[in-house]
Formats: sequence, structure tokens, C-alpha cells
Amino acid sequence: MHLTLEFGGGLELLCQSTKIHSVDVKPKPGEDKLAMRDLLVWVKSNLIKERPEMFMKGDSVRPGVLVLINDCDWELCGSLDTELEEKDNVVFISTLHGG
Amino acid sequence: MEEGGATAKPRRATGRLCSTCNQRKAALKRPKTLEQICRECFYSVFEDEIHNVIMDNNLFKPGERVAVAASGGKDSTVLAYVMSELNRRHNYGLDLFLLSVDEGITGYRDDSLETVKRNEIEYGLPLKVVSYKDLYGWTMDEIVKTIGLKNNCTFCGVFRRQALDRGAALMKADKLVTGHNADDIAETVLLNILRGDIARLSRCTFITTGEDGPIPRCKPFKYTYEKEIVMYAYFKKLDYFSTECIYSPNAYRGFAREFIKDLERMRPRAILDIIRSGENFRTATSTKMPEQGTCERCGYISSQKLCKACLLLEGLNRGLPKLGIGRARGTNGLNKRVEQRNLRPERTGSSIESKQCGTLDF
Repeated sequence: MHLTLEFGGGLELLCQSTKIHSVDVKPKPGEDKLAMRDLLVWVKSNLIKERPEMFMKGDSVRPGVLVLINDCDWELCGSLDTELEEKDNVVFISTLHGG
Repeated sequence: MEEGGATAKPRRATGRLCSTCNQRKAALKRPKTLEQICRECFYSVFEDEIHNVIMDNNLFKPGERVAVAASGGKDSTVLAYVMSELNRRHNYGLDLFLLSVDEGITGYRDDSLETVKRNEIEYGLPLKVVSYKDLYGWTMDEIVKTIGLKNNCTFCGVFRRQALDRGAALMKADKLVTGHNADDIAETVLLNILRGDIARLSRCTFITTGEDGPIPRCKPFKYTYEKEIVMYAYFKKLDYFSTECIYSPNAYRGFAREFIKDLERMRPRAILDIIRSGENFRTATSTKMPEQGTCERCGYISSQKLCKACLLLEGLNRGLPKLGIGRARGTNGLNKRVEQRNLRPERTGSSIESKQCGTLDF
């Protein structure tokens, strides 16, 4: 599944200062859907190069990290259970840096 | 994985309409009210709430010259944008300008100042930059070289607070506004409780402080959630800088911040409730409060003979950088320590009201 992932608010520093990543992510073997919960795990092991605790806490994003799927707050579409679709755009923004 | 390509996307969010206009697709869930709301309605409610806070608290008078403390970070960038917007829309009649502090931190503040300079052009607000080097003779880089990475945030916090006041005075400002948001204030309430700092606990929720001093400060974002500030900046594509200070980590504050964010996830109203608790705190009349005076050397407000900045500076210049660090009190304690234990005097000790280092503090 082709996705565009965007990191902002300082999170880009965890992935070698690249803000926009165009990626292909496959659902877990035996499943045909990719949920946000799985995408987070994929991001953590494939894109995050340092301080993963700044990105995730438990099985979700760290509190204070905002997530938007196609420019919509993920809290409106199911958070971790949101099923991703081809060409979705997912944005992660940290609110924890400076002011 | 392919389900019919891009033709008809049965978007999961299409069913969700804005609870305000009932027409457009909702774009976010408001932490304050849990409403789902579209972008346009969010812009109006976000701006209207800030306008109402400004009006209800009489934050400004027509004709006032107001400095917007600008670090280039998210809060101050949104503050500069919203203030200039509201000033125009509601005819506040304010003469606004941006005030930045250059701490002299290579690779950090020089970059964020570039952001502020872009804001200067975009929002049409004049910019004044005051530097630690000019005011104190030291850059933060030089200070860190001398004292190392311990206590450097104390120097930076104390110096920044005074630098903003001095910059505002230099520019003949009547008031200074800062971008402290609801999350910051809730965090400060908690930290002051954790440290037993009753003097600051009673002050930290005031929307305006320093009314007795030369330049009152106010916080129009006192009730504005950080989430909404960041969402606003994102949707409006406002240009802000978000790198952490290279000298920063303030572990204790970071811990309180994380705690607040955990609470917010479970119950977003927690943030407003903590602020309300802080507001309604009453200090026993038997609690000794520090007396306000002025610094003998520079005339800045101080409860001691010398203000904290002058004391720290003296330490730096005499090669005794520990001077003024820690809990010595009462006599600007060169040798003498701790007389009254019950209360920390104003503006000594590390600046607990500061935000994470590298941002503008209070």
C-alpha cells in the first residue's frame, strides 16, 4: 500500500531531518488491511532512527504527538483502529517542542 | 490491498460532519469541548475565544503599544498571527511589534530568528531583537563554555525574562504579550505545587502579571490548548521553528509535561481544571510572602538587594559562576545560607515559571 508520511513539529529530527516520506507498507502476513496501529510499529522500526520514545509510548503515539490522516484529526476516524487506504496521507506533528 | 483504486473512496470520515455548521467535513476534535468541527468553524471559534478572553479580561486599551514576545516557535508564531488579525478585525487600535531575544546559541537561536524575520515580513509587524551579548556582555555559548551544562538553563531563563522587559522598555511598549498556552499554565501550576513555591503558585495563573512594574505581561492563550494552537498553525500553514534547544533538557519539567499530556489523553478537560484549581487557590494569611523592591545595581524589580540577573552576571564576571545558583537567599548570600525556609523569595532560584528552555518564559 502506497502512503505518504509527513513528520513535523520536530519529529522529523528523529528520521534524519526528512519531513516527507513516500513509502510502501504491506499489511501483516495473513491480513489484508493495514491499521494505524500496525503503521506505527512499521514507522518505528523503519523510519525512526533515534529516540523512538519521542514518537511512541506503549502501542500508540506519545501523548502530545498529533496525527492527521488526509488532513483529518485521527481522533475522529478511529485512532489506532483506523484502516488505511491506498495513497493515504498521514501526518505526525509533535507539540512538545519549544514555543 | 487494492480495493477499487481511487475511484470511489468510502472515506471513514465522510459520515462525520462538523457539529457547528453541519455542512462541511469535520477536521478535528476539540479537546476543550470534544466537539468535532471543520476547519472553517475551527478558525472562527479559535479566534473568537481568544478575542473573548482579551475582552473579558480587559487585556488592552486602545492606542497601547504592545510587544509580542516572539521566539519563532509555534505558540509565539500563532500569537503574532492571531493578534495582528484580531487587532485589525476588531479595531483594538494596538500598535503591535515583535520582540525577540537572541541568546547567542549557534545552530539554534540563529535559525529560529530567521523564522521570526520571515514573520516580520508576512504579518507586517516590525521586529526588534535584543541580544544577551549586548545586554549582558555574554552569549549563551560563552556562558556554557564557562559553566558547563549544569545550571545553564537558570542563566538563560533569568536573562531572557529581563531581556524581554528591557527590550520592551527600550521600544517604549506599554505591554508585553507571550504565547503561554493552557498546557503550559497547567504544567506550571503542578510544578509550583511540587516545589512548594506558594508565591509563584498564586501568581502563575494570573492572565496579567507585573501590573505594578513598568511593563505588564499578559497571556491571551491562557485557555488555549496546545493541540489547537498546533492544529491552527498546521491548517493555516504558518511557518514556525521546532528544534529543541541544544543546551536544553529540563528533566523535571519534562516529567510534569508528560504527566499533563497523559492526563489530557484520558480526560482533556484536566488541563482547564488544573488551571481552575490554581486560580482558586488561596494562600493562608500566615504565609510570609516576599517583599518587592528594586535592584540596587540596575533598578530592575527584585526582592533582594541585587536582582537575580545582576547576581548571576557578577558570578560570571568574577569567575564564580555558582554565585546565585541554588537556594541561597536573604542576603544575596555570598556565604550566608538559608534563613527563612518557609518561602522562596521572588525571582530567585531557577525560574520555575519558564517553559521548556529555549522558549520565552514568564
